[in-house]
Amino acid sequence: MNMRLLWLGLLAVVLIVAPFFTYPVTLMTILCFVIFACSFNLLLGYTGLLCFGHAMFFGGAAYITGHILKTTHVSLELALLGGVGAASLLGLLVGWISLRRSGIQFAMITFAIAQFIYFIMLQMPFTGGEDGMQGIPRTKLFGIIDASTSFEYYYVVLAIAALSVALFYRIVHSPFGEILRAIRDNEPRVESLGFKPEHYKLLAFVLSAGLAGLAGGLKATVYQFATLADVSFPISSEVILMTLLGGLGTLTGPMVGAGLIILLNDYLSSFGEWALITQGIILLIVIIFFRRGLVGELNALRRKMRTKASPKAPASAEFASRSPGA
Amino acid sequence: MTSTSDDLADYALTARGLTKQFGGFAAVNNVDLSIRRGSIHALIGPNGAGKTTCFNLLTKTLAPTRGTIIFEGRNITNLRAADVARLGLVRSFQISATFAHLTALENVRVALQSQYGKSFQFWRSLDAVAPLNRRAEELLERVGLANARHLAASDLSYGKKRALEIATTLALEPQVMLLDEPTAGMGHEDIEPITDLIREAAQGRTILIVEHNLSVVSTLCDRITVLQHGELLTEGTYREVSSNPDVISAYMGGVDEL
Repeated sequence: MNMRLLWLGLLAVVLIVAPFFTYPVTLMTILCFVIFACSFNLLLGYTGLLCFGHAMFFGGAAYITGHILKTTHVSLELALLGGVGAASLLGLLVGWISLRRSGIQFAMITFAIAQFIYFIMLQMPFTGGEDGMQGIPRTKLFGIIDASTSFEYYYVVLAIAALSVALFYRIVHSPFGEILRAIRDNEPRVESLGFKPEHYKLLAFVLSAGLAGLAGGLKATVYQFATLADVSFPISSEVILMTLLGGLGTLTGPMVGAGLIILLNDYLSSFGEWALITQGIILLIVIIFFRRGLVGELNALRRKMRTKASPKAPASAEFASRSPGA
Repeated sequence: MTSTSDDLADYALTARGLTKQFGGFAAVNNVDLSIRRGSIHALIGPNGAGKTTCFNLLTKTLAPTRGTIIFEGRNITNLRAADVARLGLVRSFQISATFAHLTALENVRVALQSQYGKSFQFWRSLDAVAPLNRRAEELLERVGLANARHLAASDLSYGKKRALEIATTLALEPQVMLLDEPTAGMGHEDIEPITDLIREAAQGRTILIVEHNLSVVSTLCDRITVLQHGELLTEGTYREVSSNPDVISAYMGGVDEL
């Protein structure tokens, strides 16, 4: 437990001093995708639902947050909340439709609706179509905190990301989260114990959509523009890649995956198409050799060493649901 | 088994004219079944007799094509599995139905949560359900899993998984427990503890069990219903049923067909 606090403290220090050494916009992008990866992990890792169109919540909220800021100039947190609210509502609707099916059919329904949302965003006049929504103003937070430079704004984004991760942690480790994990492991059994699984899955879907909306809205305020790329399929697939790379069903894996993918994209961006090819190769390597993902493999290694040290120590679950430290 | 209204009061679970058709094939055909309150009742029959289908109909996992199911005087034919579970009719599964990545304690606590009313609280920590831990530990102790409470269900042996499943089912304090082949795939050394556990769990409740192992049925069950080709063959005590020539030929016939 103390070890964990130590690591958290160390991480906090690194995050606080990071913008002195690295380009803050890259860091903020990572933080946005950390939130996005958490929202996706809540569904795939902790409920067992593969959403194939998560970009609709991310990009949809980016437009809504941007539109609110451009037209009303309300303080920043209200615009972000507007994006979260819109994404949650969309999540309620999409979940209500798609959760009637499960597995691959569920994935395909979410994919189809996401394509539909993409088309709507392309056609709607307020999004700017192919040109995207430009010049989104970054208003003051709570009407008082001015964070107009990227350096200052990094700390706002960091605070929001920390709160989001804390919320994600809380959801996973709540009475509700316990039922979600049970549904992931064996849905018919949950039903036989007197629960209606679809209600739990719908709430998880809405929470996930809201969190994804926060990530998208935040990204729109970081770059001060929102584009069709934010609602497009590559965003939906990238978050799947982040989750698999970091470790499906681990608490921290998808966040680590988000950081790696963004850094990699950043690094490879000068190579154009090669970025995509490299991503593909990495995915293949992970699927073939590191099925548990980076964090998953690390957890497994740690467990192995611990059991070696004390043969009587119990091996814990493969899903790191109880050992969120890693 | 003619049923007058007096009779009905003695039965926890009754089915009348239960039929399930898959396409043109009737897996269960016009079966009448009455489970006396407080008894351990077995449903047996050769392979393909429709036991599991019949079981799935009674537990609402499948919807019947025709027929009615009455549980404690209430028509449950059109209710869902989750609804009948809340009424006190809870099933187990043939394939061990634990939550693999949850600990033994969490497995039982999930079941306890179903009547605790906090299962939608995503903003509370697990402290909110900590009051359930004591009851969960009692249940684990009762099935001999006190030392395994922090082990993931996937790390338990096969026999212990079944015991955990029974603890989870008992957590709902069901009036009627429906057990689907509780000793399937078990070695000798595991069967006895499980049958003891079932006998103990039967105190004050009714149990319907689908079982292949006839020696388990003979020692455990008060009453036995035999199905063949989806239809009711006979019903009675083990002694009656086992000496019934139709039953003998049904089982022998089953072997011949193989």
